[in-house]
This record gives sequence, structure tokens and C-alpha cells, in this order.
Amino acid sequence: MSAAAEATGAEVVDLAVTPLRELNQRLHAVARDGGPAHWRIVNPNGAHAVAAGLDAEIEVEVDGHVGYYCAGMNKLATVRVHGNASTGLAENIMSGRVLVHGNASQSAAATGRGGLVVVHGDASARCGISMKGVDIVVRGSVGHLSAFMAQTGRLVVCGDAGDALGDSIYEARLYVRGDVGSLGADCIQKELRDEHRAELAKLLAAAGLDHDPAGFRRYGSARRLYHFAAGNSAAY
Amino acid sequence: MCGIVGLFTKSTEIEESLGRHLGTMLEQMSDRGPDSAGVAVYRDPAPSGSSKLTLFSADPLQDWEALGGELGQTFGGLPEPEVRSSHAVFVVEAEAHDADAWVRQTHPELRVMSAGQTIEIYKETGRPEEFVRRFALEDFHGTHALGHTRMATESKVTTEGSHPFSTGLDLCLVHNGSLSNHNRLREKLRREGIDFQTENDTEVAAGYLAWRLREGASLEEALEGCFDDLDGFYTFLVGTIDGFAVLRDPIACKPAVLAETDDWVAMGSEWRAISVLPGASEARAWEPAPGIVYAWERQKV
Repeated sequence: MSAAAEATGAEVVDLAVTPLRELNQRLHAVARDGGPAHWRIVNPNGAHAVAAGLDAEIEVEVDGHVGYYCAGMNKLATVRVHGNASTGLAENIMSGRVLVHGNASQSAAATGRGGLVVVHGDASARCGISMKGVDIVVRGSVGHLSAFMAQTGRLVVCGDAGDALGDSIYEARLYVRGDVGSLGADCIQKELRDEHRAELAKLLAAAGLDHDPAGFRRYGSARRLYHFAAGNSAAY
Repeated sequence: MCGIVGLFTKSTEIEESLGRHLGTMLEQMSDRGPDSAGVAVYRDPAPSGSSKLTLFSADPLQDWEALGGELGQTFGGLPEPEVRSSHAVFVVEAEAHDADAWVRQTHPELRVMSAGQTIEIYKETGRPEEFVRRFALEDFHGTHALGHTRMATESKVTTEGSHPFSTGLDLCLVHNGSLSNHNRLREKLRREGIDFQTENDTEVAAGYLAWRLREGASLEEALEGCFDDLDGFYTFLVGTIDGFAVLRDPIACKPAVLAETDDWVAMGSEWRAISVLPGASEARAWEPAPGIVYAWERQKV
């Protein structure tokens, strides 16, 4: 264990001196060979693919702003970013948790299959695009086309949602506390029943938030778009 | 892909080191645009009644001194070229418009990269790191500057096809994205008397802005007109004599980050470009929302 790690209890990697590829190889090696359970990454300075492809129950703290695809394809690990995240945060996350204390740029948690992504600031356009099972909690607002073609999983927005929310949505469930700019094709408001309030309360608690679930509205698919309608067969 | 950077100074210290910071920012965007690079620097205003031209020659043996002599004979004075690689800057004792028109008419083999009171545009093919050295960016001080690294998609990799593009006196444009209606719009603008030198889509956007401004639109009106008249993807950074403006199309596929401290305002395609500036880690940073014009201007004296 390095001297820096002893002082903080975490393995410290400084991206100002350590090449990104070396960092990620060391993080990947934990899944295979074991290694430190706590990591602290400093000076990311917007580097791409920081802590991408993790596959072990480790905790990774990142001090600063990260670039594209941070914590992409994450499995099992908890990645916490103390800064902003660029395009494609936690893209295709499989499990584990990814938390950003600042803002996330477009396509956060895109295509995510499981796990939890929490953004404490705002997430911009296309948050949760094509999500397939991931849970996303955004404490601030999300941009346009969020949850586009969202298949399964839950998206919770404590602030506002931009235009075309849930366009062409399948079976993902969307909860928004603030205003929705507009709903996308086939996305409608739905009744917020007890089971929804219960699952929302769990998601908010998992994200460390204490909003009242009753203050949210639920949106989902009208299921008019994705079924093939035999009556329309002449149009194909 | 392409990378965009912009730096607007709010302190003398940053003004004096503008070129060095600009070069570092540009190098950070090298992966996004490895085939060409360019900058527009606003500095050393020409004296009243005079103007500045930045000219490009493809001829490595170009006799800039002789051109200075011709400019002197035509407009008076003794314009001395300030040569940087394939470009030269002249301060001419004439209105920018007249000096610009004279060069286009008399020396069609040259390209007027920029004309105005303070703007200088330099651009070339090749790696951005090489551009930064070749054009000695670290020499530049100035009030604000824009830069671009290009990954060509719509047209050839040439000096003329590199960014920034001049959109009129002291105005320029850099672009990340691609426009799909540029051919038809170019024809329309040609009929309006706008001159085009390439088949490049961004040059059409620059021509569009030049046309709207010529017809009396304010910069903001001209930029907002892009939402209706340009079809495609774009993050634009527009340089003016007083500052710069950022605009993203409503779909906003192309990235942009803005950041501000007491000493500077910076724009970059990615945080990487801004992270190299002094005090960046404490800067207020945010993503410009689509469909909104963000502008910074120096207070007019």
C-alpha cells in the first residue's frame, strides 16, 4: 500500500502522472486478482473512460470533472464523482452504483441494464436513452429527449424534464416532480398508485433523498406505438 | 467530430498570456480534430482610419514585402508584413472593406483570411500541436480568441476548408457539426452576392451570418435565424470585435462546456480543453442549453 493510501485508507491514483490506461488496468485487475477495496482518483481533468469497465465490489471516488463514458459498463462497483461528468456517464451500466455530485452531460446511463445512477445536479439531454433496467435518480432537472425508447427501469427526476420526455417509450416508469416541457410520442401521464409511491420511496431513499413521493407524477407508455396493429398492415 | 475552444479575458494577466493558453486548449482538442487547426485572435487594434488584413498564400516563396509595397502605393504608408508561416498580417491605411476588396481583385491567388480592426485568423492543415508551434501561438496577447481543430466530414482537408471562417469585418465562426442544406443555401446566398471559396458547409453558415448582418440583423438575430434556416447539427462559436457568442442547435448532439472565473470565460467542446486554464478547478462550469444564444462582450469604451 502506498504512503498516500495509508493516510486516507484508499489507494490514490493521480491522473496527472498516471496514464489512464494504467489506472483502468489496475482497477480491472481487482476482479481477477483482488486488490484495494477503496480507490481515490485525483486530477481527472476531463479524461475519458475514467473507471470504465469495472467488475468488482470496490468503491472508487473521483475528485474533479470527468470526460466521456465515466464508469461505463459498470458492474458491482460504486463510483462516486465529486465534480461534473461529460457525455455517456455510466453508459450500459450492468449493476453497482454511479453517483455524480455535480451535473451530468447528455446520455447519462444510456442503455443501462441494471444498477443505480444518481446525479445530484442536473442531467442534460437524452438522460436514460434506451434504458433497459437501470434505475436513475436525478436531483435536479433533465434535458430534452430523456428516456427516449426507454425499455425497462425507472427514471426519477426531482426537478423538471425537458421536451419530448419518454418519446417512443416501452415499459420504463418515469417519475417527475417538477414540470415536463412536453411528452414524446406515446408517453402519457399515469395514475400514481400506492405501489408506485412505495417503489419511488425506495428509489429516493437509495439515492439519499427525502422528497415526498406524493409530490411526483408518473409517466409511461400508452402502448399504442410499439404494438404492430394488423389494421395498419397496408401501410407497411 | 471537431473541437472548439474559446477564451475571453477578464484580467490583464490572461490578456498577456492569451496565446499560450489558447495553444494549450487547442492541443487538448487534438484528438477531436487531428487534420487541421485554426485560431482567430483579437489583439492590437489598427489605428483609426487603418485596418488589418490577414492573408494566406499557398506559395512558400510568396514575396510579402513586395505586396506591402503595393499596398503602400495604393493606400499610402509603408505596410510591413508580420509573417507567420503561410500567413501575413498587414496594417493598411484604408477602410477594411476597401483593402479587402483590393486584395481579392488584384491578387486572386491570395486568400483574405480576415479583415477588420483587431481580428487575425490563422489556419492550416496538419496536427493541432504542430499548428501551435508553427504559428508561435505563445506570442499572442489579446482580449479574446477562438480556436478549432478539424475532423473533416463534409468537404476536403485544405487550408481554406479549415476554421475559423470570416463572416465579415472582425467577425468569425467556428463550427462543430455538419449541415445538410448547405448546397441549396450556398446557391441562394451566391444570388445575394455572398462570395464562397470552398464547398465547405461551415463556410455557408459563415456566409449566412454575413448576409443577415449585411441586411441589418443584429448578431443575436442573425444567430437565432440559424434555427430556422440551417438544417443539421451545430455548436457554433462566433467571434466579434467585443467578445464571443455560443449557440447550439435544438437537438444538441454536439457538445459544449462553458466555464467562468474572475479572470476569464472559456468555451470548449469538452472539459479537457478548459481544465488546463489557471483556476479551472474552481471555475463555475455548465453546459449551454440548446437553442439559446450565450454571449459575452467587453464593455464598450
